[in-house]
Amino acid sequence: MKRSYRHVGIKGRPDSFALLPPRFSCDKIPRMQRRQFLVLSAASLGGVLVYSLDRRASRVFAQEKTTQTLKIPLRFFTEEEALIVAAAASRIFPSDDSGVGAKEAGVVIYIDRQLAGPYGHDRYRYSQGPFDEKAAREFGYQGQATPSETYREGLKGLKGFDSLSSEEQDKKLQQIENTHFFAVLRQNTMEGMFSDPVHGGNIDMVGWQLVGFPGPRMSNLDDVTKHYGEAFRPKPLSLEQSIGRKVRPNEDEELKS
Amino acid sequence: MKTLPSTDVLIIGGGWTGLLMAKELSARTPASIVILERGRDRRPDYIKGMDELDYFVRMHMMQDPTRETPTLRHRDGERALPIRQYGAFLPGSGIGGTGEHWGAVYPRLQPDCFELHSATVARYGERKLPEDSSMQDWGVTYDELESFYARSEREVGVSGKAGNLKGKIIEGGNVFEGWRSEEYPMPPTPTPYFSELFRGGAKNLGYHPFNNATAVTSQDYTNPEGVSRPACAFCGFCERTPCMIGAKAQPTSVLMPVLKNRKSVTLRTGATVRRIVHDTTEKGGKARGVTYIDESGEEIFQPADLIFLSTFTLGNNHLLFLSGIGAPFDPATDKGTLGKNLTHQVAFGVQAFLPKPLNRFMGGGGTGVRISDFDADVFDHSNLSFIRGGMIGAMSVGTQPLSTFGNVPNSLKLPRWGAAWKKAAIEWYDNTGVVSFAGEQIPYRGNRFDLDPTYKNPLGDPLLRMTINWQDNERKMVDFMNAKMVEIAHAMGAKEVNAFAPYGDYDVTRYQSTHIQGGTMMATSPDRGVVNTYGQHWDASNLFVLGASTFPNSGSSNPTPTILALTYRTADAIVEKYLKRPGMLA
Repeated sequence: MKRSYRHVGIKGRPDSFALLPPRFSCDKIPRMQRRQFLVLSAASLGGVLVYSLDRRASRVFAQEKTTQTLKIPLRFFTEEEALIVAAAASRIFPSDDSGVGAKEAGVVIYIDRQLAGPYGHDRYRYSQGPFDEKAAREFGYQGQATPSETYREGLKGLKGFDSLSSEEQDKKLQQIENTHFFAVLRQNTMEGMFSDPVHGGNIDMVGWQLVGFPGPRMSNLDDVTKHYGEAFRPKPLSLEQSIGRKVRPNEDEELKS
Repeated sequence: MKTLPSTDVLIIGGGWTGLLMAKELSARTPASIVILERGRDRRPDYIKGMDELDYFVRMHMMQDPTRETPTLRHRDGERALPIRQYGAFLPGSGIGGTGEHWGAVYPRLQPDCFELHSATVARYGERKLPEDSSMQDWGVTYDELESFYARSEREVGVSGKAGNLKGKIIEGGNVFEGWRSEEYPMPPTPTPYFSELFRGGAKNLGYHPFNNATAVTSQDYTNPEGVSRPACAFCGFCERTPCMIGAKAQPTSVLMPVLKNRKSVTLRTGATVRRIVHDTTEKGGKARGVTYIDESGEEIFQPADLIFLSTFTLGNNHLLFLSGIGAPFDPATDKGTLGKNLTHQVAFGVQAFLPKPLNRFMGGGGTGVRISDFDADVFDHSNLSFIRGGMIGAMSVGTQPLSTFGNVPNSLKLPRWGAAWKKAAIEWYDNTGVVSFAGEQIPYRGNRFDLDPTYKNPLGDPLLRMTINWQDNERKMVDFMNAKMVEIAHAMGAKEVNAFAPYGDYDVTRYQSTHIQGGTMMATSPDRGVVNTYGQHWDASNLFVLGASTFPNSGSSNPTPTILALTYRTADAIVEKYLKRPGMLA
């Protein structure tokens, strides 16, 4: 979709505009005919062993461990798309002997929320033309597509991806690993692994536990010059736990200046 | 257009310089002062500042590129492309500006930075000047600025250890720094493990490591204005985020507590200045006021007697170009001055893969150990193919996984995804530290600002255009430092070191530093600069430009201490001379 700036003329002066935030118009977002859900087994989101950096295994539990399946309403993807993204993210950051991966962290849930929100609609990028798809790498991405458009287009090339074998999946990803779509998918996968759980990924802070990151700690004053040469691994706290209040994540915010 | 009653003083931009000028003038004069700040008051958000996605990736504190961003090209004749997302540098927005999310590193410039041209020629001769360079002395010296540096360190609250007290060299401080009239107000911040390893490695190689000076509190601190701030907690969320407890010096924690009680000062947020209205010619003249668009979208004319242009380097240049004040520099004819001597500090790092975990999540802004052994002209360049240098260090500012996960030794030859890479990246995650370099970019005639012919902002104004690239001097300096840094990393015990790739073309996606300088440079005569050493515009005696846009060249040091020192100097000259007899100060 093309975004337009909201220009408000003042007293008939064509050159005076209200400096209002660029706005995407909701009615232009492709609306799904019916609500789509991603169905995941609860076991895939928890109850698995994860390893912290000092190689001690600990058990992680999903928040909804009592139900057999989790039915997660999707904000952007169709179910078919979500399954492909989940499968691709799992090859980028697999679940294996070295610890949990994109599956347990719920990376696809994170990406779905981001694409439905301001990020998906390019709220964070200067998006006026002319565009230049062939610009040198040093200029960053100079194409026109928004992140959500990049996914819609890129996923067309991955039809049936989720039913391939791991080896076939890796081969397929190797074919596209130099594309803009893959770069965005890889970056978003990392975000879903390691950003605060408030954004929908990194469920139960499994990504942080994997690397021994304790999350936002209010103070390290007593420890900053101790533990030289040894792993210091305080129990992780999320942003909401650390500051003791609910946080409204950026993807849910109304656009504001 | 609505016209408001005139104000004595108008300040464009509510960051470090604008708010400091307002504080100084409101304390010492009865002048009415209006500050126009484009952004909003972000302080209510600060409680959520420890969200890496929102603040480090989505750039919560930065200017909104959908409204304002420059375009960039590497050389004349190319079409510039917009910087669609900030990357190489990160200008801020809102009350406090870039000073809210800065890293608080607080070194003074090396004394010879102010006399770059004459010092280089005196030691090496004209032949040593790099091709197409446009170096010139500032017209103000380190000795003249020393007392202003000291004043800024007291007010901002700086932690560090002197290495040169009135000429006496003190081991443990930076023995290569310019002379200081007094010790830092606070002792250095604590040294996390990674930085301590660097100190050991650097010492073994015969260098002179010191704890970096930082505007982060190492203990509870009350400044001369009576503003108190608590000791830093080393939470590790500092650069790119605001400080939740006020330990990092920010305009909102250092200046706003004083300003909020000043009745003569009015701060308007959401006020986007479009033009400085003036009747200047090349023979001089006056600025009359500014037009701006307020929060509701209404365009307003605000007349003023005295105007300070105190936005980030980009905004200072952009507003002068859009307003048609001063003659743009033309490298073909060498005429004009506006836009000239754009510089961006050289910065890169090498990755050291160390045997033991570093607990890198603990740290604070500006905290770490550095050496100046290869800084400025501290070392002899007679047999080297470049001039100048910079500081090498191991900073411990606190790192988060989203920004730093994924580095593995190059010898593994792994792609950046998949099982083998993931396994190695987890293993090395907390055992990897970056030995970093920050150095000088000398000015060149080709590196400059002007207006872009193609791209526009939502108001219909052309974007600012940067023409900038690295030249041989920077590329050779980087090669030289790269080798030194790899050597130090090995001396720290690294099992493997990923050296930095050679410098290619300027890359807008790789963070360098937010130290963009020049374009409205100072000089002792109007044919050589845009402003005089007080920041006073040569073509408009009641218009002053504050900030790093007035620097004729980049130092290896972070610009904020020098920016604030120059601002105090200008404030004193305004109060003591200008207000008594308005006119050119020099």
